[in-house]
Amino acid sequence: MNSSLVVFLKEFRENLRDRRTVLNALITGPLIGPLIFVMLINVMISRQLSQAEGPLRLPVIGATNAPNLIAELRQQGLDPQPPVADPIAAVRNRDVAAVLRIPPAFGESWHTGEPAQVEIYYDSSRRETQQVVNRLKEMVQRYSRLTGAMRLVARGLSSTLASPVLVDERDQSTPQSRAGALFSILPYFFVLTVFIGGMYLAIDLTAGERERQSLEPLFVNPVAPWRILLGKVAAICVFSACSLLICIVAFTVAGRFIPTEKLGMALGLGPVFAVEVLVLMLPLVLLIAALETLVAAFSKSFREAQTYLSLLMLIPILPSIMLSLFPVKTASWMYAVPLLSQQVAITELLLGGSVTAAQIGTCLVCGFAVAALMLAVTARVYGSERLAISV
Amino acid sequence: MIQVENLHKAFGEVRAVDGVSFAARDGEITGLLGPNGAGKTTTLRMLYTLMRPDSGRVLVDGIDSGIDPLAVRKRLGVLPDARGLYKHLTARENIDYFARLQGVPAGVAAHRRDTLIKVLEMRDFVDRRAEGFSQGQRVKTAIARALIHDPKNVILDEPTNGLDVMATRRMRQFMRDLRAEGRCVLFSSHIMQEVAQLCDRIVVIAKGRVVADEPPEALRTQTGESNLEEAFVKIIGSGEGLAA
Repeated sequence: MNSSLVVFLKEFRENLRDRRTVLNALITGPLIGPLIFVMLINVMISRQLSQAEGPLRLPVIGATNAPNLIAELRQQGLDPQPPVADPIAAVRNRDVAAVLRIPPAFGESWHTGEPAQVEIYYDSSRRETQQVVNRLKEMVQRYSRLTGAMRLVARGLSSTLASPVLVDERDQSTPQSRAGALFSILPYFFVLTVFIGGMYLAIDLTAGERERQSLEPLFVNPVAPWRILLGKVAAICVFSACSLLICIVAFTVAGRFIPTEKLGMALGLGPVFAVEVLVLMLPLVLLIAALETLVAAFSKSFREAQTYLSLLMLIPILPSIMLSLFPVKTASWMYAVPLLSQQVAITELLLGGSVTAAQIGTCLVCGFAVAALMLAVTARVYGSERLAISV
Repeated sequence: MIQVENLHKAFGEVRAVDGVSFAARDGEITGLLGPNGAGKTTTLRMLYTLMRPDSGRVLVDGIDSGIDPLAVRKRLGVLPDARGLYKHLTARENIDYFARLQGVPAGVAAHRRDTLIKVLEMRDFVDRRAEGFSQGQRVKTAIARALIHDPKNVILDEPTNGLDVMATRRMRQFMRDLRAEGRCVLFSSHIMQEVAQLCDRIVVIAKGRVVADEPPEALRTQTGESNLEEAFVKIIGSGEGLAA
């Protein structure tokens, strides 16, 4: 029997008996991502909905100074709350999102035809209150425009006189593209799953074996180090690919529980999406397995390897962050860069765009080329005489 | 038959092995004796091709380890200083794994394994997982997997390390059995009594060099000491690191 296969079968069997590896690769790794993701998205969506459509509950100071205004705002969805003593403190202490104050002079200015002032207290550094403040402003302005138009009409003038320019907004976003911002983090979860699914095993098979002093006896057998490496990397790949598969299936199932239709969004989660993601991710499975083994081979102990790999885990998030901070147009060269290509292609697929066969091909060829290079470097380290020696 | 010719190995400034030559013959037990840090383990690691010598060469049954290390490994049964087992596998599975890596046909391996299990008295724990094995059970398993391919040459790095009195006695008898089968047995030790009792030939290493290479009686006559312990102290130059 081929000695790489012997190593693979032994590692596979031995680690199936290790509850920690199995839990890590088949449950914690693949399921935590979808779970967090669905919960997060649900919270975000329901909050956006309640802020955009629910009644606006805000404290109003001096409501009796402008009963007509308040009646109109009530019609638009404001639910005036009892006044607070100190509006500035209330906003600063985050007790309320905003406070509407109507000064005592409001009635007098109104009747003399002067601009009557209302005050909105808010804190623009609290971004989450932005929507509330905008809604309130829009309500007041609407009342103002309406009253202004009526005053013009009462004087026999056309109401359009006061608004010479009209902006007509034509939003070109599609339901999918609106979902995009929310879901650009999704590819990272897939990468993370592959990383976590293989991590424990990769450390254990090199740094762990050395620490348990079984690497030296293993290397005394008449088998070239690179063959041993191949068997071990194959075992890591199988475990992390299982992780990935479970994660993708979990996402396609969990995707049904995201109330995207409430936001007028649609996601391309389905069996076809699942298969395409799996194929796109395959080069990363090999690349990450080789990388993790390389790090484990350099580390002196299990713990050291764990520390390095935890730091390394942050690297795959870079494309996600970059693309959400600097949304650039997808260019074809991006399909040639591992990690970035998966990020771009999976986001594209998710949002219902199309990825051509040539682009998928580029992604696979370049991905596997880099993975092979990584494997060659790891094989070199595996061949060095320091590798097996534990003390 | 293992021949070692003028081996050198340095780690940075430290010359761990500095010109070691000796031969271990078939049907003999050769003991590699020396204080801690004398270069015994490094020498053995070069013999079983885990390390490459800076200069010098090793011949196993006439095969140069620098030219064909895999062929050399096939002819060696090695119990290294590191003797970790796979704790999720049983003793039997640990042995079978090495049989497959050595390329021993399954039928032959099964027969050989059963013989080793009998000789090493492993029957009552062979199907238990290695997690929680005693030191003695671990060494027995490590020896069984090292000898599964029936090697002509056997290298044992401090084989009695950590064993109790009874296990040590059995180990010594096992080494005599290997000699009786006509194998070349080379083992390292820092325990003189053990070396004196077992060896047909003693190679004494100190500070990376061979300071004596004689049968035990010759060592006594050469140094003019009737007591072996005194003879060793005289050869090495100090009593440091030697255990009685």
